[in-house]
Amino acid sequence: MTANLEIVRSSASTWGGASGLRSLPVVSKYIDTSICIGCKSCEVSCAEWNDLPPVKTVQTGTYQTMPETHAAFWNLIKFREQEHEGGFAWLFRKDQCMHCSDPGCLTACPAPGAIVQYANGIVDVNADQCIGCGYCATGCPFDIPKFHEKTAKMQKCTLCVDRSRLGLEPACVKSCPSGCLHYGTKEDMLLLAAQRVAHLKKTGFAEAALYDPPGVGGTTVVTVLAFGNHPEWYGLPKDPSIPWTVKLWKNVLRPFGFIAIVGAIIGAFGHHLYHGNKGHIDPAPLDDEPPQA
Amino acid sequence: MTLSRRGFLKAGTVGGTIALGFDFSEARAELRDLKISRTTETRSTCPYCSVSCGVIIHTLGDKAKNVTGSVVHVEGDPDHPINRGTLCPKGATLKEDIRNPHRLMVPQVRRPGSSKWEEISWDEAIAGIAGKVKETRDKTFVTKNGKGQTVSRNPGMAVIGGCTDTSEFAYLLWKSSIALGAVYRDHQARV
Amino acid sequence: MASLAATFGRGAMTNGWVDIKNADVVFVMGGNPAENHPCGFKWAIEARKARGAKIVVVDPRFTRTAAVADVYAPLRAGTDIAFLLGICRYAIENKKVHEEYVKLHTNASVLVSDKFAFDEGLFSGYDGEKRAYDKGSWAFRVDDKGMLETDPTLQNPRSVFQLLKKHVDRYTPEMVEKVCGTPKDQFLKVAEAVSSTGNAQKVGTILYALGWTQHSTGVQIIRASGILQLLLGNVGRPGGGVNALRGHSNIQGATDMGGNFDVYPGYLKAPQATMPALKDYLEANTPKALTTASMNYSQNTPKFMTSLLKALYGKAATKENDFGYGWLPKADGNYSWLFMFDDMLKGKSKRADVEEAAPEGLFAWGMNPVATGPNSKKMVAALAKLKWLVVVENSETETAGFWKAPAEYEGPEASKIPTEVYLLPAASFAEKDGTFTNSGRWVQWKWKAVDPPGKAKADQEILSRILLAVKDLYKKEGGAFPEQVLNVAWSYTNPVSPDLGEVLKEISGKALAELPDPKDKTKILKNPGQQLDGFGQLQDDGTTSCGNWIYGGAFTEAGNLTQRRLATDPMGLGAFHQWGFSWPANRRVLYNRASADADGKPWDPTRSGISWNGEKWVGDVPDIKPDSPPGTFGAFIMNPEGLGRLYAPSLADGPFPEHYEATEAATDNVLHPKVTSSPVVRVWKSDKDALGKKEDFPIVCSTYRLTEHFHFWTQHNPRLNQVQPGFFFEIPEGLAKEKGIANGQQIKVSSARGSITALAMVTKRFRPLKANGKEIWQIGLPIHWGYAGNPDHTGPLANFLTPTTGDPNTLTPEFKTFLVKVEKA
Repeated sequence: MTANLEIVRSSASTWGGASGLRSLPVVSKYIDTSICIGCKSCEVSCAEWNDLPPVKTVQTGTYQTMPETHAAFWNLIKFREQEHEGGFAWLFRKDQCMHCSDPGCLTACPAPGAIVQYANGIVDVNADQCIGCGYCATGCPFDIPKFHEKTAKMQKCTLCVDRSRLGLEPACVKSCPSGCLHYGTKEDMLLLAAQRVAHLKKTGFAEAALYDPPGVGGTTVVTVLAFGNHPEWYGLPKDPSIPWTVKLWKNVLRPFGFIAIVGAIIGAFGHHLYHGNKGHIDPAPLDDEPPQA
Repeated sequence: MTLSRRGFLKAGTVGGTIALGFDFSEARAELRDLKISRTTETRSTCPYCSVSCGVIIHTLGDKAKNVTGSVVHVEGDPDHPINRGTLCPKGATLKEDIRNPHRLMVPQVRRPGSSKWEEISWDEAIAGIAGKVKETRDKTFVTKNGKGQTVSRNPGMAVIGGCTDTSEFAYLLWKSSIALGAVYRDHQARV
Repeated sequence: MASLAATFGRGAMTNGWVDIKNADVVFVMGGNPAENHPCGFKWAIEARKARGAKIVVVDPRFTRTAAVADVYAPLRAGTDIAFLLGICRYAIENKKVHEEYVKLHTNASVLVSDKFAFDEGLFSGYDGEKRAYDKGSWAFRVDDKGMLETDPTLQNPRSVFQLLKKHVDRYTPEMVEKVCGTPKDQFLKVAEAVSSTGNAQKVGTILYALGWTQHSTGVQIIRASGILQLLLGNVGRPGGGVNALRGHSNIQGATDMGGNFDVYPGYLKAPQATMPALKDYLEANTPKALTTASMNYSQNTPKFMTSLLKALYGKAATKENDFGYGWLPKADGNYSWLFMFDDMLKGKSKRADVEEAAPEGLFAWGMNPVATGPNSKKMVAALAKLKWLVVVENSETETAGFWKAPAEYEGPEASKIPTEVYLLPAASFAEKDGTFTNSGRWVQWKWKAVDPPGKAKADQEILSRILLAVKDLYKKEGGAFPEQVLNVAWSYTNPVSPDLGEVLKEISGKALAELPDPKDKTKILKNPGQQLDGFGQLQDDGTTSCGNWIYGGAFTEAGNLTQRRLATDPMGLGAFHQWGFSWPANRRVLYNRASADADGKPWDPTRSGISWNGEKWVGDVPDIKPDSPPGTFGAFIMNPEGLGRLYAPSLADGPFPEHYEATEAATDNVLHPKVTSSPVVRVWKSDKDALGKKEDFPIVCSTYRLTEHFHFWTQHNPRLNQVQPGFFFEIPEGLAKEKGIANGQQIKVSSARGSITALAMVTKRFRPLKANGKEIWQIGLPIHWGYAGNPDHTGPLANFLTPTTGDPNTLTPEFKTFLVKVEKA
């Protein structure tokens, strides 16, 4: 079973590139926002399974648990009240790591082997290797990886790698009462998504679409949006891509390929990056300006 | 075993010597095992709403004599026809309720006029309650009502509850309420 | 449940959870299942996925259920009857009624007494002084043999159908808009979708919960839904029914086991003072058939009651002593929740015209009346009058600690409270075995996973120890009527902590003597001590014992059927006959005879409930005599006429539902200005029982649950506290703007009972509705907080604001519509 975890890519290193002997399915999480009931079972099932200690929150005037995901809270339903031409919608979207096919976090990560991509599509942070610099966050167009103060590591959804490597579905998918979450091979999930989008288009959602953005090579997590022309209503970037600075790192600096340089770069920039604009990654402040109910 | 591999891996990174031919993916897979692979599984029913989701309660150990089987995880029962493994946020976190730090551990009493709880033994509690029940019943018992009809009732005592417990308990509660002559009987269905 | 019983004969959800997947239309009103029953609601989503079903939601608030609905319409809280009768009218006007079903399975053709009338908001027989109806004039017409008179053509103006047509005629779409505030086009969308199931090919279900029951007109709201489903031919069919979604895991089981003052196990009526002997009881409670085609199953009451007495008193119950009937307490009037606490507060009650003692002691088994009862201040004041209180719980509750309630609850100082309070640690669900009965009547065994913590004990042990100690005292000292206490049988193998499997055996029933086979008297069907196969084998001569006839057959000689876990479903309709046990008789859909036409052919062969194969009924366990050919008996076997009731003369507030405003009315009644609120609504008069007027409290308020918490139990759960951390009011944007309130600011919300200052969540999901020409604001608040338990998660009790008023039939409090005012704090 560990074969599922053959590494195909690894940050700041030449590791990965699995032997190529085995042909392995890419597993995928399907999210149908149009039947999500915003119950947050996925939020707590994730925390329960992964034994993440509760983060203190306060009621600020919203159903949303916190403004954004947190190093100890990897999956967050984003709530939005949206008026539109056809009336009114209360939108819920499960926000989490999208497990991009071309992961910006991995590209950006300067620590060898700290972020890996397995043959089954999962992008995972290897805590042993993570140096907590936070550069992965700058590479992520979805603002997912978060710095955990206590461990000084970056944390995010692992797609329950401890379950999925054994053939079991992730904890959130198993719990989901409405069935808006589904798990299977990416092939199957894309098929499911195509059927659902077609159905939505027939039943009054002309703009329904699958969110599988090409800018990140597609994502292992596929999301169906009833208002596909407005991903921003769901808190999703319209056309996400890996920042050019990160690409620069990947395309220009990395080919030098000297691992010793990595250490130097970390020494030189790591601190700056951590405290830089995008690098403001203290545990998410929870009493900030509240999002909409 | 796990530790030594991970330690080895770390040493390798620090030394900057990566190309050791070490099968990294194997080592990575050791990081977190399936935490419920050898726990004891017990089938139960969620105690909250009336859907009756099947839950599997995972307890530590294999029920051997020398193990205290505390609850380590609760997950939906995939075989249950109604919930098919799914659980709402309340059901998915049942472990936290079963193990909550405010669970009552000992019988307590608050004496008349007092502003604090006192711990008492079960025997004291049972004897105290039985005495009160009898005193009240004997004092307030109504043999005949205002119209002279035999009513044999005990209006001095009210009983509420049963709906948070099993049907068998609810039945025993009915039986004992009738034994004590109680007519003020109600439960959560009303409110 | 009173309403479902009055309409169909049994007070329970008609279908099961998985069965919802068979519906073409899922009509959700008076409930919010996506939030409160999420894992059951999945079957509504499944219906849409698998068969293109429409999910229709009507609610004052745009809920999480509304968020995934195909059709949503708002309505003003408490106007559900007007809305539902509006759909009934729409269905009749537009010929959407399933006529063949209505003629066959309902009392549409039955003729009603000429004395019955309805005028200006009042039914005939109203006594203004008593605020009650004399129901005499509502009776059906009967011939000289005592059988109902009918007109099968439904044309007679005194037929139920014509009377109903006339009664609902006032509820035009325009009137619905005027009363409910629902824009006409939105109402029509709902009416069209819902009534599209009024034929053999389609079927629709209704899902409701406390959003219907917690009104002063709650029973009649549910009646209106029952009438609608009968008109559309949706009762008894897979994918149909009127489905009451219960709020607790075992509310159904506790109700089945006689948890309410007025019933004994199996819904046998509790004995009254007017019934001194068993003969009087049986005479009063054994109905006679009202049509020749009535199976009138309740004619078996003597068998059920006698067997119950044998279970209760064991060997002490003999034919000579009336099976111990004389030891039973007899009732005078109503002893339910609101009376219980009002009497407790007064320290006395009036029964049969004289004063009697009120409760001075209270057992609360897993119950928290301070939090769950209306008008929290009154609850605290009532408890402060008690001499003793026993609370059996997992964690400390507001009730256990009522003597230390915060000052705003206005209870006496602790030093002046004479109550001795015992707080006993109980095992949680995971720490004991036994069954829960779900909303769909599935009785399912659960197994014990761990031992209770510390010295906590299972409730059955605590209860048994107390009872046995009391019995000991009576044995030693004597006292008031010791026979009542001593004769109750507690002969379990371990009487101190009865094995629940053994208790279930007692509930299910056994033979006490040799039972001959009724088909061949030379054969013995059961030997003494053997478990019975079902309630059909019960006897009225003391030769059988059964603790609850409707659970008959749950534990047979084959074993404990509630433990079955075979998830096979050959019909594919979600019945799962070999999973657990479903009362009655393992039947999965109630009234399933109505799923077939006059010839016994299913209305829809792809969703067959039962069908007649020439010899017997096949499919689900038939809700009819299994070998009785079509035409022999009516489908509603618990009703003495065998029919579903469009017209039900048994309720306190009328044979038809009628729209009345809430007790605290936000507006005049458009239909009959002289009768605003229900003329028979029950109100209380203690100094804690103030009611508000719309001039002072112009805003309508409802309480409700959130999906992230359960009742008042989960404030100990750190994960749930994380995802829903504290109390709030939900208020509409427009109202917030008017009052200058920003999201997250503190506001003060006051009712005539008290004020709560808390955070405002400003939302677009509440909209003002124009009712009676005037815009009315609605707000709401979740119930999950209180002053006890987890010190980090205390908050106001929602019931601090709610009134002690109740439905005249059930006395269920009006939590869903009361008046408040809102100010910036």
